[in-house]
Order: sequence, then C-alpha cells, then structure tokens
Amino acid sequence: MLAALYASLFYAATAVLVAGVAWRVIEYARAPAPLRIPTTPAPMTRAGAAGRVAREVLLFESLYRSNKWIWLFGWLFHVALALVLLRHLRYFIQPVWGWVAFVQPFGVYAGFALVAGLAGLWARRLFVERIRYISTWSDHLMLALLAGIALSGLGMKYVAHTDIVALKEFMLGLIAFDWQPLPADPALLVHLTLVLALMVVFPASKLLHAPGVFFSPTRNQADDSRERRHVAAWARD
Amino acid sequence: MAQAAVQAPALKEYPVIPILARDAMAASKPYAASDKMNEALGFPGKLVDNWQALAIEKMGELLGKYRSLRVFLDACVHCGACTDKCHYFLGTGDPKNMPVARQDLLRKVYRRHFTLAGKLFPKLVGAEDLTESVLEDWYKYFNQCSECRRCSVYCPYGIDTAEITMAAKEIMNSIGVGQKYTNEIIGKVHKIGNNLGLPKPALANTLETLEEEIKEETGVDVRLPLDQEGAEVLLVTPSADFFAEPHVYSLIGYAKVFHAAGISWTLSSQASEAGNFGLFIGSYDQMKKVASRVREAVLALGAKRLVVGECGHAWRVAYSFWNTLIGPFDFLDARYPVPQHICEMTWDLIKRGAIRLDREKNDQLVVTFHDSCNVARGAGMGGVPGGQFTIPRDIVRAACSKFHDMAPETIHESTYCCGGGGGLLTDELLDLRVKGALPRMEALKQVVDEHGVNFMATICAICKAQFTKVMPYYKFDMSMVGGVHQLVGNAIRLGELH
Repeated sequence: MLAALYASLFYAATAVLVAGVAWRVIEYARAPAPLRIPTTPAPMTRAGAAGRVAREVLLFESLYRSNKWIWLFGWLFHVALALVLLRHLRYFIQPVWGWVAFVQPFGVYAGFALVAGLAGLWARRLFVERIRYISTWSDHLMLALLAGIALSGLGMKYVAHTDIVALKEFMLGLIAFDWQPLPADPALLVHLTLVLALMVVFPASKLLHAPGVFFSPTRNQADDSRERRHVAAWARD
Repeated sequence: MAQAAVQAPALKEYPVIPILARDAMAASKPYAASDKMNEALGFPGKLVDNWQALAIEKMGELLGKYRSLRVFLDACVHCGACTDKCHYFLGTGDPKNMPVARQDLLRKVYRRHFTLAGKLFPKLVGAEDLTESVLEDWYKYFNQCSECRRCSVYCPYGIDTAEITMAAKEIMNSIGVGQKYTNEIIGKVHKIGNNLGLPKPALANTLETLEEEIKEETGVDVRLPLDQEGAEVLLVTPSADFFAEPHVYSLIGYAKVFHAAGISWTLSSQASEAGNFGLFIGSYDQMKKVASRVREAVLALGAKRLVVGECGHAWRVAYSFWNTLIGPFDFLDARYPVPQHICEMTWDLIKRGAIRLDREKNDQLVVTFHDSCNVARGAGMGGVPGGQFTIPRDIVRAACSKFHDMAPETIHESTYCCGGGGGLLTDELLDLRVKGALPRMEALKQVVDEHGVNFMATICAICKAQFTKVMPYYKFDMSMVGGVHQLVGNAIRLGELH
C-alpha cells in the first residue's frame, strides 16, 4: 500500500519535473533575442561566451564580484548539493560505478556543508535588512524545504538508520516497473515526501534559475555586433 | 508647479550602504507626456479604458519577443547581490530603488498572470494584480532607473534591470502612460531631426560661428562642414555638441582632429543627432525609426565612413544595435569598423603619428575619467574586450600629463551612472538626479582630495549635462566636467600658422 502510494507519487513527480522544466526550457529557447545585449566587456567569440557561462555556472563569477558572503554560502550550498546528489546515485544503479563509490565519503561530509550553506543564506535573509525586504514567503519555504531534506537525510545517516538495502530495492524496482516494498520509517518518509515536493515545485518556482542561467542573453551572447548582423524573425520588414 | 526640494546627501569618507528609507522617493515622478506627444509616436494619447487587460496583453507579447524578459522574470532567486549596487538606492535609501525590488514591481504582475504558482497562491510567491497603485509605482520607480546596467554586472544570472525597465516603459506607453521628456524629444527627432529641435539654418549658423571662433583662437581655418556630399566621413554626434557647454568644446576638438589628419568630413542636418531615446523607452520600432535617419543620411551624402561623437547611449545603440536595425553597411569602407567611435578614430591617428598633441597645453589640468554606463557596460571599442576603458584613457594620457583614476570599484564596468541617464535628464527629477550622483561624487571627492584632480573627462552628452547641473550641489565647480576631445582640442597641433 505504502509502496504503491510512493511509487505512483514518484512517477507523477518525475513527470511534472521533466515535462515542466522541458516546457520552460523550450519557451526560453524559442523566445528570440532580437538585440545583442551582452553585459560588456564581453568575450568577442561564441566560444568565449560559452566559457563565460561555464564560469558563472561552476564558479558563480559575478556573485563573487558582488558579495563575498552570499557567494560563500551560495557556492558552498550548491557544490555540497552536487556532491550529495552524486552520492545518492548509488541508490539508483546496480552495480555501483567506481567513481560513485569513490565520491561516497565526500558526499557524506557535503551533507553538513549543505546545511551550513543553507543556514548562512537563511541568516542573511532574516537579518540583513535589504534582503529581508525583498524576501517572500516562498523564499523562506524553499529554504525550509531544502533544510528539511538535508536534516532528515543526515538524521538517517547519523541518528536513526533506515533499511537502506530495502530502500535501494524499492528505487531499482521503480526504475524497472517492478514495485518492491518501501520501509515505513518516519525519517525516510519525511525525506522522500519533501524531495517529491521539491520536484513538483521546481518548474513553477525560482529554481528555474538553474536552466535560466544558460539562456541569459547578457552572459551567453558574444560581443560581435559590429561583425555579425543579427535580426530576429519578428523584426524583419 | 510643485517640485520637491532638491537635497544633496552629505559626501562621506567611505561609501556606506544606506538603511532602508521606505517611500523616501515616492513623491518623485516625471511629468506625463501630453496626448499629442504620445500620439506622435503612435501611442494612445491618454490612459485607455481597458488598460489592465491591454497591459497584460502587451506583457504577453513582449514575453514572446524578448528572451531577456522571459528568462529574467523567472530566474531571480532574491539572493540580494544587487541590492547595494544601484546609485539611486545608494543616494536615496528607498528600497524600491534596489534593482531586485524594482524588477519585482513588474515581476509580481508577471507571476500573477503568467505563472501557475502566482495564479494559485499569489500571497505566497508575492504575486499581485495590476492595480492603479501598482501602475503608479511603475510610473514612479521605472522612472528612477537610468538603465545603466550596473546591477547586471553583479547578478549571478546576468539579470539586467534595464531590460525590465524598458519593458515596463513599453507597456506603459502602449496604454497611454507616456513620459514627457523622452516622448517629446523623440517627436522632435522625427519632426526636425535632433533632440534639441535645432532646424538646419540654425545649425548652419552655429557651425559658422564656431569656425570663426576657432579661426580667432588659432589663426587656422578649421571647417565644420554640413551636408557636404562626397565627404569621406559622416560624423553623427549628439545635438548638445552644437551649442551646450562643455559639449561644444568636444565638437571643436573633433573638427581639429579631422583638420589635422586631413580627413574630409561632414555633419548631416538630417542625422544631426546621435542620441536615440527609442532605447530609453524600450521601443524597437522607435529606436529603428530614429536610427534609420543615419542610414538615409550616409547614403544621401555618399560618405564612406560612419563615425559617432561623444555620446554614451548613442554609442550603445550604434555599436550594439545599428547593424541589426539599419545594417548591413556593406557599402561603406570595410577597412574601418562600422560604426567607428570618434575615440577609436582619434587614438588610431595618435598611434600612427598622423596627429600630434602637446601635453603642456593641458598642464593646468589634473584629470580623471568617468566611464559612462552605456559605453562601459553596453558597448565596446577597439575590437578587444575593455577597449572602451583603455582607448579614452590612452587619449587623455596623450593629451595631458597628469591623470589619476578614481577608485577601482567605481570605474570600468563597475562605473556609477552620472544619475541622469535613461531619459531622466529633466528638471522635475532634479532631486533624484542629485541624489543619484552621490556615489560618483564620493569617488570624485577622493581623487580631488588626494591628487588635486580638477577635471573629470567623459564621453557622454548626458553625463556632461547632468554633471554640470548637479556638481554645484556637491560644492564642485561645474567647469570641472568636459569631453575627452575638449582635451584633445586644447593640445592638438594644427600645423603652421598663416
């Protein structure tokens, strides 16, 4: 019963996440960029512009120039999240790939870094007057959601272990459409429920910054307007 | 006419991020355009009856036309990186002048009408209907953004508030809420050919007087030709250069450079304006229409090169948009960039030894350089990233022996707007303009105190007009501001006297 409920929820949430993000990405890609608006100085070539986007995605270059505290907490959070996600791959693949095994200990410690990063960002949102002013309820809820996921995850690792072998069988069963029982463990159910919620809100929330950053014209355009003529379809006479 | 008292904030030793002062600038708004001014640009004369529905419809249209708008409205995470980057916020403390808060004025309506979360849970995600008070906020606070793009440098997603402001202005114009200063001026360009409404005879007269003045001063016949067919270069320059001070000294400087280098050139009465306020109101059509005069003029006169004078937003439009709007320029001399900035041309001549400058002529000056926002963050020079920073400074150094840059966090792409860009250079906004100049004035004061700087060179007509107006409020002499070509004009060797 529990397994069937969560299995169907996972299918539904995955469908929402994939379809929702695909819909947004298609909209971003289809919207024309009629004028060259890179924030200059900008790379003069497309390869250079791709490098600029890569630096934004990997290093948060602009944020670093802007505010060292937000950069520190934000970068810490995102890198930790990436490591934690990579670590979680082991629950979805069998046999476990070598590099996924290698990343396991880093992923565990990253869980703490993730919480630290979230705490720093949340503290700024609460205590820096300017950021408190611009914050909405959904900004706080998003932090609560992520913190809840992180803490329930760490709880299972360090406080009350769940039956991780059974969980992995449930996940592999999901992928193979061969449903297996799910351990009815409160920490696990909280963890999974919050993850489901995150997947569903992703395409309808500010989490769209993740695909959005690749489509930002001020970052991904080359400064080549004198050399190449660009005219959007709607702007042709 | 009721006008808020103009109050200059005190200059502090070190820049301080202000404590929020809610609604500090809620009384600041520009005069509305008259029915005639709006209609001349094809906009409704006054607020239309079903304005809410039409505004939302226009927003939807713009979302389909501009990727920037669509991505920028979705991507913001409220991280706060931009909150202390806007000169208007730093000068006023009004939280709605924080870039993210300014964007949110539009974003909350976008969320309400174009996102599922905003339709279902408006309170949760900060979504709001487009009410009269929201529209009022739009008119006030999108007219407190100079579209300088400083925030876009610091945003982790490159969100450019200028794009949001332009979209908001386009929506407002489409429902009959036009701003007088910009719309009246665009009308003048269509009707007469330049922002100042200077007709051809007056222009010809001014240029003749200038020729006489140069002759008197130097003894040399330096020409300022108008509508001369077959000249090699068509110079398009802001109309303020024709008579406003200190702008006109740069015009004299350009003329001397052409003379000394032996390049035949002309101005055009048809394209007697480099400025393009179509940019400020975010209208592609208006921007294209204003720019098309330049293409017509260069074809009519048969010029082979297109050079643009000292004007910040004009250079952004010329450098970044002309090729798109009025190109291709395959009929022009391909050995030169099209368009070419006057600084690119002058620096090239200096490097080649085609003109010579005597630095001693400017020895009474200790110079700094103010990067204009649209040149710094919206355009380029010299075919290398950052050429827009090095080339004007190289020229200044070639023309003067004493040069000191202002603090690094206030120059190059981090430069602060003068406080008067984006279509805000109008008297009823003077209080805003004075306050918005604060960060630049603080940086200037530092080099004045430490290095005895007594001249701030810049290459933008709006910067020049704004600074001469607001600097006295900060106890600086207004003659401290001038163009790069003003310095060149002082120092250039014109050859043997007759």
